[in-house]
Amino acid sequence: MQRIGVFVCHCGTNIAATVDVKAVAEALGYEAGVVISQDYQYMCSESGQNLIKDAIKEHSLTSVVVCSCSPRMHENTFRKAAAAAGLNPYLVEIANIREQCSWIHKDIASATEKAVILGRAAIAKVHLNAPLTAGESPVVKRALVIGGGIAGIQTALDIAEAGFDVDIVEKEPTIGGKMAQIDKTFPTLDCAACILTPKMVECAQNERIHIHSYSEITDVKGFVGNFTVTVKKKARFVDETKCTGCGLCMEKCPMKKVPNEFNMGLDNRTAVYIPFAQAVPKVAAIDPNYCLMLKNGKCGVCSKVCSVGAIDYKQTDKYIEEKYGAIVVATGFNPIKIDKYEEFAYSQSPDVVTSLELERLMNAAGPNGGTLLRPSDKKHPHTIVFVQCVGSRCDDGKGKPYCSKICCMYTAKHAMLIREKYPDTEVYVFYIDVRTPGKNFDEFYRRAVEQYGVHYIKGMVGKVTPVSDGSLDVQASDLLANEQLHIKADMVVLAAAIEPDKSARPLATMLTTQMDTNDFFTEAHPKLRPVESATAGIFLSGACQGPKDIPETVAQASAAAAKAIGLLCRNSITCNPCIAHSDELMCNGCSSCEKVCPYGAITYIDKEFRMPDRTTRIRRVASVNPAVCQGCGACTVACPSGAMDLNGFSNSQIMAEVDAICK
Amino acid sequence: MSNSLKDWVDITSGVNVLKCMRCGKCSAACPSYDEMEYHPHQFVYMVERGDIEPLMASQSLYKCLTCFACIERCPRDVQPAKVVEAVRLAAVRRQGCNHLIPDQIPEMLDDDLPQQAIVTAFRKYTK
Repeated sequence: MQRIGVFVCHCGTNIAATVDVKAVAEALGYEAGVVISQDYQYMCSESGQNLIKDAIKEHSLTSVVVCSCSPRMHENTFRKAAAAAGLNPYLVEIANIREQCSWIHKDIASATEKAVILGRAAIAKVHLNAPLTAGESPVVKRALVIGGGIAGIQTALDIAEAGFDVDIVEKEPTIGGKMAQIDKTFPTLDCAACILTPKMVECAQNERIHIHSYSEITDVKGFVGNFTVTVKKKARFVDETKCTGCGLCMEKCPMKKVPNEFNMGLDNRTAVYIPFAQAVPKVAAIDPNYCLMLKNGKCGVCSKVCSVGAIDYKQTDKYIEEKYGAIVVATGFNPIKIDKYEEFAYSQSPDVVTSLELERLMNAAGPNGGTLLRPSDKKHPHTIVFVQCVGSRCDDGKGKPYCSKICCMYTAKHAMLIREKYPDTEVYVFYIDVRTPGKNFDEFYRRAVEQYGVHYIKGMVGKVTPVSDGSLDVQASDLLANEQLHIKADMVVLAAAIEPDKSARPLATMLTTQMDTNDFFTEAHPKLRPVESATAGIFLSGACQGPKDIPETVAQASAAAAKAIGLLCRNSITCNPCIAHSDELMCNGCSSCEKVCPYGAITYIDKEFRMPDRTTRIRRVASVNPAVCQGCGACTVACPSGAMDLNGFSNSQIMAEVDAICK
Repeated sequence: MSNSLKDWVDITSGVNVLKCMRCGKCSAACPSYDEMEYHPHQFVYMVERGDIEPLMASQSLYKCLTCFACIERCPRDVQPAKVVEAVRLAAVRRQGCNHLIPDQIPEMLDDDLPQQAIVTAFRKYTK
C-alpha cells in the first residue's frame, strides 16, 4: 500500500495569491494513498525541505508529491531532500502549479480547481513510480571551441591553461575574427591588433590547443561528456604542414582582382592568399572561385614559385572525427546587409560606408595604410556624418528589433579618432538615444562631445542624396531645434545593426540547442546560467548569445571556459536514469525506434527466446544503450507494438495522469 | 472630450502611436517639412498626449502631401501619414463643418476631372 505525502507550496504570493493553497492541500488529502497533505510558504527553503524530510521519516512515506514551481526549477532540490531522508529520489513527483497555473490565471476559484487537478494527476502518476538508480558515464577530457574570434580564443586559452586539450574549429583560413579587423578599441583606444595578435600566437604555440582553420562542423553525436563530432577540413590546396607563410605565391599570383573580404571588399587580394600579415596559422589558401589553375587548369605559377612544394591542386575536403567532453559555441556576429535601406544611398555612393568598413579605412594595415581617404576620389574628407541605429531597434521588417549595443560606443570612438587626427574635419553624429552603460563608457562619450567637439544631434537622417559635385546631401531632423537640416557631407558612416553569424542556425540544429527568433543562442537561464545552453555540455561564448562588446565577450568567454573546465575535471557524470527500454517479448523488430532515435542509442540484436512449446527461436529485437539514451521518448511514440517504454515516464504513468485529469 | 477625440483618431488611423521611439526619421524624410507648423514627429507625439485640437486648427494638415515617405522610412512602423490623415478627417468631418454640399457638385464637373475624384472629395469633405 502506498503512503504518499503531498506538499503544497505558497511560493510567497506567487502561487498563494491566485491559488487557495490550503484548499488544495485539503482536497488532495482525501486522495487514495495520501497519508499527509500540508502547505508551506516556501517549500524550497531549508525549513520547507526539512518538513518533507521529517514527514518521510515520521509517516514512513513511500512517495512524495510536491505542488510547486516547474520541475525545471526545483525538482532536483526536492529529489535531494527525499534522498537525504532515505527515499529513492525518483519517487518524488512535481505538480507544476506556478508556471502552468497561478502565473497564467486570474480567477482564484478556477485556478484552485486546476491546481487540485494537477495535484491529482501527479498523485496518480506517483502511484506507479518505481525506484530508479542513476548510472554513470565517463567524461572525455577534451573540449571543442567552435569559432576562433576573441571569444573562442579566450575560451580555448583558459581551458588549455587548466590542463585540458582544446580544439578550435574556425571556418576562415585564420583565427582572429572580427576583432582582427578593428583598428582601436573603446574606451581606452588601445590598438586591437596589439592586444589580439599575442593571444592568437599564444593559441598557436600552446601545445594543448589545436587549431582547425578553414574547417566546419558537419555532424555532432552523443551527449554531455561524450560528444562525437565530425569536422570538415575544407580543401585549401596548400599543405598546412609545409607552407611557411613566406608570401611569395601571393606576389606572383596573376589573379589579382579578388575582392578582399578582410578589408570589407575595399581593395583586392590575389587568388592564393593569407588573409592578413598576422594570420594564425600563417598558411596560404587558394580561393577555388578565382584560381585560374583550379578553374581551367591553366596557370600553376604558385606551385612553381613555392620553394617548399606546399601547393597541392589535388587536395580535397577531409573529414575527421573526434570525441569531446564539452563544446563551447563562439560563432560570433556580422553586420547586417543594409542595401534594403535605400534612403542612405549605400549602394549608390562608395562614400557611404558601414562602420566596419570605416575601421578598415582607418586601419594602418587597411587599404589606405591608415590615412582616412574617401573611397570615391581618395581625397581627405572634411565633413563626415555618422548615422546611428541603422537596422537596429527596427520594427519595419528590414532590420532587427533589438539594440545592437556596441554602436554608440564605436561611433564615439570613430568620431573622436577622426577629430584627433584631422582637426579640420567636422563630425556630426545623428542619434536617437546615446546608450553608454559600462565602466568609463559615458565619460568616453562625453569626451567626444566636450573635448573633441563632435556635433551630437538628436534626430535621424531621412535621406542621403549623392550630388553631382561629388558630395552627399544629408537631409536630417534636429529634434531639439525643431528643424530639418541639410548637411553637405563628404562621407556618411552607417552604424549597421549586428546579427548572429549565418552558420549559427544549422549548428544549433546539430547541437540540439535552442535559439531565439533572432538566431541568438538561448542561455539556460537569462540571469543565473548565462553561459550554459539548455543542452548539457554545450556552453556559449561571446556575441553568438547576444550583442556584446569586447570586454563583455572576454568575460563571458572565460566564464564559459570555467563551466567547461568544471565538467572536464570530473571523471564521470551521473546519467539520467529516465531512459528507454524495450520489452523484448513485445518487440517485433521493425526498426521504427532505431530510425527516430536522435542519439543513435538503439541497435538491434538477434536473441534466442524459449517458446511456450519449449522450442527456441531466434528473434531480432531492439536494444537500448543506456549510456547514450537521453530519455527523449521519441522511440516510445514511434513503437507500433508498445514495446518501448520510458523509465519514470511510462505509458501507463502518462495514461494514469490523463485519467486523473479527465475524472 | 479630448480623450474621445484621441480614441477616434487612434481608431481611424489604425496607428499605435506608442510604438514611436522618437527618432525623428519621419520629419527627416518629410519633403514638406519647412511648410509645416507641426512636423510629422510632432503629430505623432501630440496625438499620444491627446493634444489634438491645435493640430486640427493648424494649416499643417493641408501641407502633408501624403507621399508616405514617413511611412516608408519609419523604423518602428508607426505610419505618421495615417495619423495626419486621421486628424485631417477629424477636422473636415466635424459636425456642421461640411466643406462640400451636393449642390456644388454640378458646377465642379469638368471633362478632365475624373468622376471618381468628385465622389472621393464628397466622401472626404462631408460629414
